[in-house]
Amino acid sequence: MKQVGCTPYARETQEMKDIYDGPILEIDVLSISFFTRLREIPAVMDFSVKVMPGEAVGLVGESGCGKSTVALGVMQDLGKNGRITGGTIKFKGRDLGQMSVEELRKIRGSEIAMIYQEPMASLNPAMKIGKQLMEVPMIHQGASEKEAYDRALQVVTDVKLPDPKRILDAYPHQLSGGQQQRIVIAMALMSEPALLILDEPTTALDVTVEASIVDLVKDLGRKYGTSMLFISHNLGLVLETCDRLCVMYSGEAVERGSIADVFDEMQHPYTQALFRSIPLPGADKNSRPLVAIPGNFPLPHERPPGCNFGPRCDYFEAGRCDQGTIRMRPVKGNDRHETRCLRFEEIDWNAPLAAAITKDKGMIGDVVLKMEDLKKYYEVSANALFGKSGETKVVKANETLSFEARESETLAIVGESGCGKSTFAKVLMGLETATAGQILLDNRNIESTPIERRDTKTIADVQMVFQNPFDTLNPSMTVGRQIIRALEIFGIGKTEADRRERMLQLLDLVKLPRAFADRMPRQLSGGQKQRVGIARAFAGDARIVVADEPVSALDVSVQAAVTDLLMEIQREKKTTLLFISHDLSIVRYLSDRVMVMYLGHVVELGTTDQVFSPPYHPYTEALLSAVPIADTRVKKKHIVLEGDIPSAMNPPPGCPFQTRCRWKSQVPGKLCETEVPPVRRMADGHQIKCHLSDAKFAEMEPVIEIAAE
Amino acid sequence: MGLFILRRLWVMILTALALTYIVFFLTNLYPNLEKLAKSQGNFRMTDAQVETYLGNRGYLQSTPLKYAQWLGVAPGWVITGTDGETRARCAAPGAAAETATTFCGILQGNWGFSTVFKDGVGSIVATRLALTGKLMFWVMVLMVPSALLLGVLAGMREGTRTDRALSTVAITTTATPEYVSGVILIAVFSSSAVGLKWFKGTATSAMENATFENFFLPVLTIALYGMGYIARMTRASMAEVMTAQYIRTARLKGVSFPNIVMKHALRNALIAPFTVIMLQFPWLLNGVVIVETLFNYKGFGWTLVQAAGNNDIELLLGVSVVSVFVVLVTQLISDIGYVYLNPRISVS
Repeated sequence: MKQVGCTPYARETQEMKDIYDGPILEIDVLSISFFTRLREIPAVMDFSVKVMPGEAVGLVGESGCGKSTVALGVMQDLGKNGRITGGTIKFKGRDLGQMSVEELRKIRGSEIAMIYQEPMASLNPAMKIGKQLMEVPMIHQGASEKEAYDRALQVVTDVKLPDPKRILDAYPHQLSGGQQQRIVIAMALMSEPALLILDEPTTALDVTVEASIVDLVKDLGRKYGTSMLFISHNLGLVLETCDRLCVMYSGEAVERGSIADVFDEMQHPYTQALFRSIPLPGADKNSRPLVAIPGNFPLPHERPPGCNFGPRCDYFEAGRCDQGTIRMRPVKGNDRHETRCLRFEEIDWNAPLAAAITKDKGMIGDVVLKMEDLKKYYEVSANALFGKSGETKVVKANETLSFEARESETLAIVGESGCGKSTFAKVLMGLETATAGQILLDNRNIESTPIERRDTKTIADVQMVFQNPFDTLNPSMTVGRQIIRALEIFGIGKTEADRRERMLQLLDLVKLPRAFADRMPRQLSGGQKQRVGIARAFAGDARIVVADEPVSALDVSVQAAVTDLLMEIQREKKTTLLFISHDLSIVRYLSDRVMVMYLGHVVELGTTDQVFSPPYHPYTEALLSAVPIADTRVKKKHIVLEGDIPSAMNPPPGCPFQTRCRWKSQVPGKLCETEVPPVRRMADGHQIKCHLSDAKFAEMEPVIEIAAE
Repeated sequence: MGLFILRRLWVMILTALALTYIVFFLTNLYPNLEKLAKSQGNFRMTDAQVETYLGNRGYLQSTPLKYAQWLGVAPGWVITGTDGETRARCAAPGAAAETATTFCGILQGNWGFSTVFKDGVGSIVATRLALTGKLMFWVMVLMVPSALLLGVLAGMREGTRTDRALSTVAITTTATPEYVSGVILIAVFSSSAVGLKWFKGTATSAMENATFENFFLPVLTIALYGMGYIARMTRASMAEVMTAQYIRTARLKGVSFPNIVMKHALRNALIAPFTVIMLQFPWLLNGVVIVETLFNYKGFGWTLVQAAGNNDIELLLGVSVVSVFVVLVTQLISDIGYVYLNPRISVS
């Protein structure tokens, strides 16, 4: 009787959990609106979904499509302005909308639990992890402190965190992002809920960490028999985790069905367009470019009549698609497969992509930029706030970086957070100066010239496109003015009129309407802002552009368009593009050569084909395996890295990757732990920093295989 | 932690030295000394007589030297004056100069002699500070809990009727200076103008025997002003915390609303106002000056007014030293408390 889960209330809920065998969650024609002073904004309309026991259902769509609103609707936590305006949400047959506050409180956290996008923000910073976890059984099962602590200890062990006792006694800020997310998952599992809602649980995490979290969630789901509602914008992730999925567009479900049906026999133009805009293996920037979805996402109060996707749809038929309300219709022959398209039976879904314009490959020219043994060390005092002198640590952000970049070449720099890719960009831009080594731009050394002392030409030549277009434009200056300002700094154009003309040409270059010159950044969408960012970077005819994750903050359908634009400008201007990214799919799609970095070291460098096929560096292998691919034909080898990326302040001795490497046992002796591996030349231009023998390299199997159709 | 406090103490001492030197320098400017000579001697002294008077009593030495003597790190002056009399800084009033000790300053516990009260500065400051301490204590007891309550209640449900009502109260009280609210309170609660003679308009009797009747009005006057300010800070901080994602996490974990406020929001919401509360101490010293004079409560503030009004240099200096000390100590407490409240900051 003393154990958690045996108190009378817990037994009652336990029985309830066992008796009920209908759908766990049943959302029926749900509509949710937000009310502002101006108007009612419908966020979700006519939305239905059913989650059966033990089933994982994915909810996919771009930002603003209403998927998170659905999740909060289930939780009945829509805030002051949000209200359910129609339909029902039934949990185990009981309507959540009819429940009292007290009843809802009993269900929240015990029967329905939620996992959030940003683990750091969703944990209380001033409360110890243990207390935050123990709260759940103490509220819902009336457990004593001791029982709750035991349960917390067990769950923390379940989510595979090392040293659970220490972790229970820690504050959230003392853990890494991956560990924090595991704690959030542990918190959700504390009372073994029947339904788990995951709202973009891995978006803020690194790829290899994401892979291990996804693995954990799948395992635990199986172990506890939990049903899941998995919200994501990443189709690949949904393929890996879910049984069924529901694609949303502008507040409506547009297609619903099993993973296999929707992925292989899609019946809605939006789903098709979405798949065509993401870089799957086989896509190529020259022979099979991505197809961006034309136009923009409609604002909630400016939705078109009839089909919401109509204005952007290739199959649009005037007079039919823009009339009345369009309902979900079942697809014959498939299990519970439905689509919101009037014409789905007429469309030939297997028709090859007609619009595939093949483009000529740009000729790769001479070496423009050359790095030789570049090193960048930072000295940090051990305690920054109340720092006392003396104790300093050296962070080796970049360690012997050597490579060349040629004219009109795209060199991708791949690695997870903390690998030194941004530091390298800063040194190249002149925001920092190198500790040792050299950077040669047209055979001139620029590694120790900070940006204030660089001449205008050099600054104009080396430019950057930033990750977050939302923060990098001045919010109080018109778009045109910002570009003209860049032109002034680069000394281009003799008169104001000259520069204005040049600015308009730049807007043409990035395919923005000239009228945008007088708009403020807040009037632009994310993709449009990023285009402005690109226009600014190319204002002085930059020869080297460092693109630091230029599309990762953008929606999938916009990513394709912005990527395409970058490629097109590169082709025209013969720019050298240094493309920093953690997304291997997009890297594979657009780059000529790839450099993989880990903890400041270049672990592998080669052409795209060389890096994406064996032999691999063990880290590259794990990275490739970690990237979710939205294609049912792809078979991946399953490699999950244990643990977190070591801190750059305290890197492991010997090979930087040795703490997580699965090949380590294949190297004789303690070589990996004691010596930094040499750079090995594999094939022409392909190099790997590893101790593995040639024989072992030859044994390696490809990670990604595409099954024959 | 020990090292941190030690380091802070060192900084505190330096600050105290710098600040007292400034006060010392300003009070020892020649016009002040001239006034002192005339008030102590006689008002019809000629300029030459003033000079002799001051010279005989060591006032015309260089400021740094006088400061060192005042501190007690330099030997006190012994001057055989032009009138043939030998005076010593360290001689007790009336005693012969020969019996005096060499050093006499703050460090030796000799705070000087007040020309107004004809008493040692040390003992004056001690008794007056105790009285003001009593006042401050009750002000804090009244002000801090009510301000926090007001702020938390207003901030936990931002934009509601409760919030607006409480915010209005807070803004009104903090926008009313003590000399206005004090006068109004006296008029309403203790004069025959309104007729509610609930409290006494003077707090003189509270010095020996404080009762609710004679002490409540001065306490309230000071508390009201600070309360609004702290309440506003708490409200802003609370409102911000209540929209944080971890509050949503707690809500969706099934935590009840009172527990969300008490266990999850309060500690986070208090981090910012805590510093403000601590900053209120020095501000209270300020308010105390007005309120003590208004209610004729002869505490620290009242003494400051007397000392400043009568050009009592030594007393003024003593009062400044204590004020500087109070400010610095509260800041130290505020920093240490901040570390305890906010686990993200550590001093190791």
